Amino acid sequence: MTFLLGLMIAGLLSVAALLALVRLYRGPSLLDRVVAADMLLATMVGAVGAEAALNRHASTLPVLVVLALLGFVGSVSLVRFAVREQS
Amino acid sequence: MTPPAAGPGGTVSGGTATAVDWAALTVTDVADWLGAVSLVAGALLSLAAAVGVLRFPDTLSRMHAATKPQVLGVLLLLLGLVLRLRTLSDLGMVALVGVFQLATAPVAAQMIGRAAYRTGRFDPGLLDADELADR
Repeated sequence: MTFLLGLMIAGLLSVAALLALVRLYRGPSLLDRVVAADMLLATMVGAVGAEAALNRHASTLPVLVVLALLGFVGSVSLVRFAVREQS
Repeated sequence: MTPPAAGPGGTVSGGTATAVDWAALTVTDVADWLGAVSLVAGALLSLAAAVGVLRFPDTLSRMHAATKPQVLGVLLLLLGLVLRLRTLSDLGMVALVGVFQLATAPVAAQMIGRAAYRTGRFDPGLLDADELADR
């Protein structure tokens, strides 16, 4: 059951990350790319958490905290930069 | 009578077919199953958010898709993680991640939305009301 669950979650999250990557590649403006990168990072948080849940270990939990904060800082600073550049 | 005759055969075949022994079901099993269900639901919500980010027409709609379903998906995945780990110290750290998500996602979405509005990256035909139109 754990193997099947892992296969299902890995498939779903991989497709989600792939779709976010397509938007990251296409995105007409910098803001669309920021949204897609934020989305990709949140998918990564979910993937790391799901891996820890499936293998029942807690050694990657600090990585989750750092990723959750890093995405926020990155997107906010990029948006400030984008507005200042275009105005 | 027929019910006693059909009763034992029915319970035996039913017990082997469904393979759920309700007497032996422990809290651990229930937590594992609930954790599995919430993990799959969180992954499905992440996929739905990604489809929205790819398919929606303008930046404001994409920002909406990347914020609301994505945060709920991550929270469901974290709930599944807690239900499968079942230790108090891990619960604290995972709750910290959840609080960070809930606190930072609205701020980032608000900044992205403001920047998208000011640089004109939205479709006015898709808005129900534009409260900033006269400013």
